[in-house]
Amino acid sequence: MSNTRSLKKTLQQGHFAVTAECGPPKGADAEAVLQKAELLRGKVDAINVTDNQTAIVRMCSLASCALLKSAGLEPVLQMVVRDRNRIALQSDILGASALGIENVLCLSGDHQVFGNQPQAVGVFDLDSIQFIQTVGAMRDEGIILGGEPLTKPPDLFIGAAANPFGDPMRFRVVRLAKKIQAGADFIQTQCIYNLGRFEQWISEARDRGLTEKAFILGGVTPLKSAGMAKYMKNRVAGMDVPDDVIKRMETVPKDKQREEGIQICVETIERLKEMPGVSGVHIMAIEWEEAVGEIVQRAGLLPRPEAE
Amino acid sequence: MITAEQKPMEEIRKMIAPYKRLLVLGCGSCVAECAAGGEKETAMLASALRMAAKMQGEEPYIDEKTIERQCVRDFILQLDEIVGDYDAVLSLGCGAGVQAVSEIFDDIPIIPALNTEFLGQTKDQGLWVENCVGCGDCMLYYFGGVCPLARCSKHLLNGPCGGSQDGRCEVNPDVPCAWQLIIERLEKFDALERLEEIYPPKDWSKRYGLGPRKIVREDQQK
Repeated sequence: MSNTRSLKKTLQQGHFAVTAECGPPKGADAEAVLQKAELLRGKVDAINVTDNQTAIVRMCSLASCALLKSAGLEPVLQMVVRDRNRIALQSDILGASALGIENVLCLSGDHQVFGNQPQAVGVFDLDSIQFIQTVGAMRDEGIILGGEPLTKPPDLFIGAAANPFGDPMRFRVVRLAKKIQAGADFIQTQCIYNLGRFEQWISEARDRGLTEKAFILGGVTPLKSAGMAKYMKNRVAGMDVPDDVIKRMETVPKDKQREEGIQICVETIERLKEMPGVSGVHIMAIEWEEAVGEIVQRAGLLPRPEAE
Repeated sequence: MITAEQKPMEEIRKMIAPYKRLLVLGCGSCVAECAAGGEKETAMLASALRMAAKMQGEEPYIDEKTIERQCVRDFILQLDEIVGDYDAVLSLGCGAGVQAVSEIFDDIPIIPALNTEFLGQTKDQGLWVENCVGCGDCMLYYFGGVCPLARCSKHLLNGPCGGSQDGRCEVNPDVPCAWQLIIERLEKFDALERLEEIYPPKDWSKRYGLGPRKIVREDQQK
């Protein structure tokens, strides 16, 4: 990726973008970060680095991003508002930009009760939309909350998440509109298994002109097994895994289920590529970074655009 | 009202252990409404403590009394004549009550018998729910009378988060998603457009800015 084009440029020039995800280790292990990320080199335009996802303590996203950056990979710094107040968030934004990190994804974060520190205070001083707006004002107006000027504004491509499958359904596009109005340049969605519902959501977004204002990257996660499909359907909030997907996974023998998961993922990407208003794909291969190369290869997304 | 629940008996017994003469003090306000520290609960706790003491072969000196409000000076002063008879007071007031009594009778220990919980409502018999955080700047109008700070698990002012499903909160499916309620309420009043705008970050200085808050009303002072 040292010679791949930046995520921002890739999108702005109309290429179908590819991002993937890399979860930092539960330890101070720099090698572990780099090994995972190395599997993605040349396969994707940028790598999201998660921020203590599912509220489990891991190496911080900012340090992991810095490690990626020094290895010539392009990170997307995920930042959740669960653990830091507005002082810390703004401070980290400045630090990230100073380290040369170019992309940030502003998130609420999984509630602390789901992780390994359920006794923690959930900060939520800002919500994700307020955070997007804050970063936007820092970059575009050179000010922090309250209006004080910065000596040098951060230069960041601002991302947000959207869940087309959460309830209340009719409000989902309104929330997307708010995130884009707040200043999101790109959107990465929750994992898509229900293409029908996703199509409805993106067409509503198109009708409101939102796909013209921000780049939308459809989220996909290859299923490893029928069991994982069922777990996601029943246990992961805001996840929509239709029964026919589960059935499809169940009809293949256990040792072929990973292959089937990749196949479903590739087919989903093929559909997304044809869908007006979708600018790219975000592949969240959970603890399965090895799969990403094969997925992008089979989905016809290689080679990635090179740096100019 | 302020809600509370009684502490475990064991914890209470441990705290009162050093004191021979004990006044169990109830409060007739909020904690009576939530059946934690009213006259009835005070009598029950006092008699349970007496019984427990007797079982240990002790001679308990435990009296009980309930005043109307433990958080109001004029009511607390009703104890002036009797409080000297005791080594300690076991208060079934909320945290505010315990501290108000301590402040006036500052030479004896005032021990809390309750865990104070939240500002809420009696929703049904035996059911109390939290619905206010006392933020000092009420926004209920904007959210159709449902407070996201108190009732959304992530306190989102621009919700709902992605975890709202079938009208339930991801944190606890027993809890309705506050944002689902907000949207339904505003829809009913044809005011859903209130949610199209972005609510700015909350000004918490009204809550935390000057340490513990106070209200000074000169028109109410003598």
